[in-house]
Amino acid sequence: MGKTIAEKILSNHSGKDAFAGDIVIADIDFCMGQDGTSGIAIDSFNKMQAKSVFESQKIAMILDHSCPSPNEGVSAIHKKIREFAHKFKINLYDIGCGVCHQLVPEQGYVVPGNLVIGADSHTCTYGAINAFSTGVGSTDFAAAMISGKLWFKVPETMKITYKGDFAKGVYSKDLMLYTIGKIKADGATYMAMEFYGKVIENMSVDARFTISNMAIEAGGKAGLMEADKKTLDWVKKHSKLKPNPQTADKDAKYAKTLEFDVSKISPQIAKPHAVDNVAPIEEVAGTPVQQGFIGTCTNGRMEDFEIAAKILKGKKVKDGCRLVLAPASKTIFLELMKSGIAETLINAGGVFVTPGCGPCVGTHNGVPSDGENVISTANRNFLGRMGNRKAFIYLGSPATVAASVIEGKITDPRKHS
Amino acid sequence: MKGKVHKFGDNVDTDQIIPARYLNTSDPEELAKYCMEDADPDFVNRMNKGDIIIGGENFGCGSSREHAPISIKAAGISAVIAKSFARIFYRNSINIGLPILESCEAAEEIQEGSEVSIDLTSGEIKDLSSGKIYKAQPFPNFMQKIIDADGLISYVKRKFKK
Repeated sequence: MGKTIAEKILSNHSGKDAFAGDIVIADIDFCMGQDGTSGIAIDSFNKMQAKSVFESQKIAMILDHSCPSPNEGVSAIHKKIREFAHKFKINLYDIGCGVCHQLVPEQGYVVPGNLVIGADSHTCTYGAINAFSTGVGSTDFAAAMISGKLWFKVPETMKITYKGDFAKGVYSKDLMLYTIGKIKADGATYMAMEFYGKVIENMSVDARFTISNMAIEAGGKAGLMEADKKTLDWVKKHSKLKPNPQTADKDAKYAKTLEFDVSKISPQIAKPHAVDNVAPIEEVAGTPVQQGFIGTCTNGRMEDFEIAAKILKGKKVKDGCRLVLAPASKTIFLELMKSGIAETLINAGGVFVTPGCGPCVGTHNGVPSDGENVISTANRNFLGRMGNRKAFIYLGSPATVAASVIEGKITDPRKHS
Repeated sequence: MKGKVHKFGDNVDTDQIIPARYLNTSDPEELAKYCMEDADPDFVNRMNKGDIIIGGENFGCGSSREHAPISIKAAGISAVIAKSFARIFYRNSINIGLPILESCEAAEEIQEGSEVSIDLTSGEIKDLSSGKIYKAQPFPNFMQKIIDADGLISYVKRKFKK
């Protein structure tokens, strides 16, 4: 019987001929946690009375959610993480290195065919480079650090094929918001997703990460794509590890098969307070915004800032509105400086914060005020997400955010290109 | 276990269960103070130890923060019943020993404020107001072993000892 990508990767890592529904114990290639989750992982590690980790180089702890620390509680957690990382000689990415989901692929820890777990829900990001990667909690991360293994229920897979090409002003973020709007926040719960179509093939690897990153917003366990030449070139540039690309068999069994025509879709917006509350921009345009935010593990990459800079070059952020920018890594920040993009964005009125999660999680770096509207490139607009349950978060592409801060209201980016 | 029911809707996310501004601690007692704060700021004052949360579809969606089930458990909630759970929350709850039960019917029919008793071994949920008995989805065998060990920490510790 044919297999999906998820079934193949989990079979390869468990030594079992595994199919959806089976429970396997699999060897993991890499595991990581961030500063929001690693503290509890260390507590669990200690409670499990472990004395060592399975392989120090296959583990990372990344400080990205609240960096530099905004309060003494977080400082204590950061200190605990630094001490643990030092003691067990695991990879530590301290404040300002960037967001975990940019760093893990960028620093070469993950390649096609790998099995990766992370104590962060957006670990599904690396599906874009054909790795089965999924988010877990802190205690699972602790068990993985100790044993190098974790149990998995082999998921069923939802296959999504996109037909047609993007219209002008439409990006991978719009595509994923559109998809989540259609299948809803629990549309892929317990399932892996596989993405296909010419529009995916034509996309850069950066743009593909945006799609896989948001698989979890539909409840997905992984957001998988095949590895093509573009993937392999990208991986070769970033990693010394040997890729083992996996494709789905023709007779693989899918729980659901969906097709969407992308040629007619407009830029999309997720309205407060749910990621599946999606509307085409025409329905939302004109809504006033007081803050724009470009960054995060969804849209904080080089290409995202390039797109924004093209729109903001020679323009100004509207009076009464502000623009927060958080590059997804230090490497990206440096490239932005070298290329002049940082200067363009600062001259337009943008404010850079430390590479990392920025204001996405509501711990610092731009908490909105009561009644304010934010237009953001992040992946979540839940009530209170940015630190104030009386604020309203709209999600869109970097182009939409750039166009919107120029006008101080949600604006169709096609007006500014 | 027996307790009064507090009902919530679909897609209760972990940011509502425990907002990220409280992730500056991993102390369960501290996390308990803010349980469900962004879903219902008055929740911890309204609830009593042993009470039961009933959610709709996709309870616990969003972030992987284990602080969410920890804060519910530490607040004194004895179990969460929902139509369905988000995957990571489901796994985290089992790992930390927060009882969770999946039952569409129970989540649909049991009313806010009802007294409910739960038998975790049989998965039976009894609405003491109506007398109606619901049967929750059984856990796969492997997960049941972790639940029986009272969470992943004890499970792993026991494995080590062997």
